[in-house]
Amino acid sequence: MNALRESIHRTRPTDPAAMEVDGLSVDIRTPEGVAHAVRDVSFTVRSGRTLALLGESGCGKSMTALAIAGLLDPVADVVGGRIRLNGADLLALGASERRRLAGPELAIVFQDALTALNPVFTVGAQLGEPFRIHEGLSRRAARDRAVELMERVGIPEARSRAGAYPHQFSGGMRQRLLIAMAVALRPSVLLADEPTTALDVTVQAQIMELLRDLRTERDMALVLITHDLAVAAEHADDVAVMYAGAIVETGPIGEVFAAPRHPYTRGLLSSVPGGGRPGEPLRFIPGSPPDLRAVPSGCAFRSRCHLARERCASHRPELSGDERGRTVACHYWKEATDA
Amino acid sequence: MPETTAPPVGPLLRASGLTKSFRVPRSASGSTSLRALDGVDLTLDRGETLGLVGESGCGKSTLARVLLMLERPDRGTLSFDGTDPFALRGKQLLAWRRRVQMVFQDPFASLNPRLNAAELISEPWRTHRDLVPRRDRAERVRRLLEMVGLRAGDAHRYPQEFSGGQRQRIGIARALALDPDVIVCDEPVSALDLSVQAQVLNLLAELQAELGVSYVFISHDLSVVRHVADRVAVMYLGGVVETGSTEEIFTNPRHPYTAALLSSAPSPLRSDAPSRERILLTGEVPSPVDPPSGCRFRTRCRHSEDLCSRTAPPVEAVSGDPAHTAACHFPLGPASAGSGASGG
Ligand SMILES: Nc1ncnc2c1ncn2[C@@H]1O[C@H](COP(=O)(O)OP(=O)(O)OP(=O)(O)O)[C@@H](O)[C@H]1O
Ligand code: SF4
Ligand code: SF4
Ligand SMILES: [Mg+2]
Repeated sequence: MNALRESIHRTRPTDPAAMEVDGLSVDIRTPEGVAHAVRDVSFTVRSGRTLALLGESGCGKSMTALAIAGLLDPVADVVGGRIRLNGADLLALGASERRRLAGPELAIVFQDALTALNPVFTVGAQLGEPFRIHEGLSRRAARDRAVELMERVGIPEARSRAGAYPHQFSGGMRQRLLIAMAVALRPSVLLADEPTTALDVTVQAQIMELLRDLRTERDMALVLITHDLAVAAEHADDVAVMYAGAIVETGPIGEVFAAPRHPYTRGLLSSVPGGGRPGEPLRFIPGSPPDLRAVPSGCAFRSRCHLARERCASHRPELSGDERGRTVACHYWKEATDA
Repeated sequence: MPETTAPPVGPLLRASGLTKSFRVPRSASGSTSLRALDGVDLTLDRGETLGLVGESGCGKSTLARVLLMLERPDRGTLSFDGTDPFALRGKQLLAWRRRVQMVFQDPFASLNPRLNAAELISEPWRTHRDLVPRRDRAERVRRLLEMVGLRAGDAHRYPQEFSGGQRQRIGIARALALDPDVIVCDEPVSALDLSVQAQVLNLLAELQAELGVSYVFISHDLSVVRHVADRVAVMYLGGVVETGSTEEIFTNPRHPYTAALLSSAPSPLRSDAPSRERILLTGEVPSPVDPPSGCRFRTRCRHSEDLCSRTAPPVEAVSGDPAHTAACHFPLGPASAGSGASGG
């Protein structure tokens, strides 16, 4: 029984971190002013576990991932924070040192596999490239490794397909290729930004299964960035809920979804169809998220929150937590859960 | 309408054996035929919502275009309120077309950015000139805005000035402007955030209760379909593989594909997620250019037998419920329903 549990969750929420993000903030310069796209974001990811970074469109999930990967647009700047990965602070490193870590330490997979793959090179050449650059393999040896990888991610007839171009693969197969490329150098942390959003459900399930298997077999920490509560619930161990650039709640996902604490998390979960009886109107959160160029003082959620009062305007709620790894950024969450 | 009118009998819309192929290039030299719809049967009642589910390329959009009378089937018939609209031409066909309208997935791409809300809503009247007298149009626009939960003051704003949810409301008002009997909603909420999605779904339900309009609701999100649909049709590779009441389909799926689809779909409300047994389909949907012989699902079906590759399974009633049909030689027993029961 215990052994079974161990094999499912080989690490616990309190095990040492693979990566620690601490107080990360990103500003974007726009013609209408500075947007505070990521505001003081902290979270920890652990080897062999999956953390879902969950939130609605525009809440800053991708900006957070891009900042971690060092791939921000020139108009966006990291204005604060630390990212500790295997003893190093990524943000303190120079560009070339960071590039050296990209691949062996940290890799990222995006939603749109067609634009992420180079259309003019065969997939075998693209998949072999990391081995040539980082391990100095010959063209031929790199290609063999590429074929192995293609087999591992479930591409049929890998050896002959290695000579094909990205557009000759289906959406699901392209996403497999992208994942193969990302895990080629056995990174300790893999960021996956909406990796299955463009795919059909049955293919989505296959890709998520593949990511989960790779995570377990290579003891990676997986950060699953998604707006989809269902995908998060199904595939993550822990969750960090983002709203207007900040994390409002974290914890083991089963516990958070079963008993959410932050009024935003509660509102989000209650608007999922299927909670009430069929035919009954769905519940929803009134209003819309704030303009990130003019985030309100105090709590960014307060204009939509039924519990808001003076303190919510004057004091920004800090993420604070209990020993079980649950944290919440709300002055009055206890009242929300009593209601 | 005179009160003596006999209540209409039979479904509002009945599609029988709809088949539609397209020519597609195969190589530099030649072309080949892709069968997008292959003998589709469907009915839709007044005031009913039919959920249409299936993976991309399974023919949902082609079916929608046939129901909208924009695409003529190669074979099969459409009976709409007792008439076959495809037997009509010109003005008469146009008059029937008015009765089926569409709400699109992407409220950003589907609205002309150069027209304001009032112009967008009244634009369909340029084609259907006699529907609303010119002098009544401003008032009608105002009422439509109100119906979809926008303010009269929004009439002069442009699509860029609205949020995604508000744009979808304009799209709905535009469909309602022609007073349709049926609205085909093609992924109407999949571009919207969860809390906005809930508001748009509520609006669609209110409008149906008020106007008695029928919906064909296409969505990949099974929990949404379970919430809105009265009945569900599951499509695979150009054919309907199973239909039935929403309750039946979700709690007692009999076609192996339906069961797999329900089992693949994750749900945030399910507490048993990690321990649930999943039916993980292998492979992807085969190309409709070269579909499998016999049962179109057989290349991914774990119950497939010899017969399945030889003979296409007929559509038959299952569960002793004549409204619940499946196209499978070996439908799943009611006992295995548990695997899909929690699909939404
Ligand atoms: N190049 C840019 N210029 C200006 N603003 C930007 C730019 N890129 C992103 N933003 C803004 O930064 C904020 C955070 O964006 P981000 O892409 O991180 O959101 P997200 O959570 O990934 O959303 P989605 O779910 O839609 O992918 C948004 O308000 C967005 O509009
Ligand atoms: S801090 Fe105040 S406004 Fe913010 S979520 Fe909590 S109660 Fe609501
Ligand atoms: S007919 Fe055969 S192959 Fe097709 S779904 Fe039924 S069991 Fe599977
Ligand atoms: Mg994003």
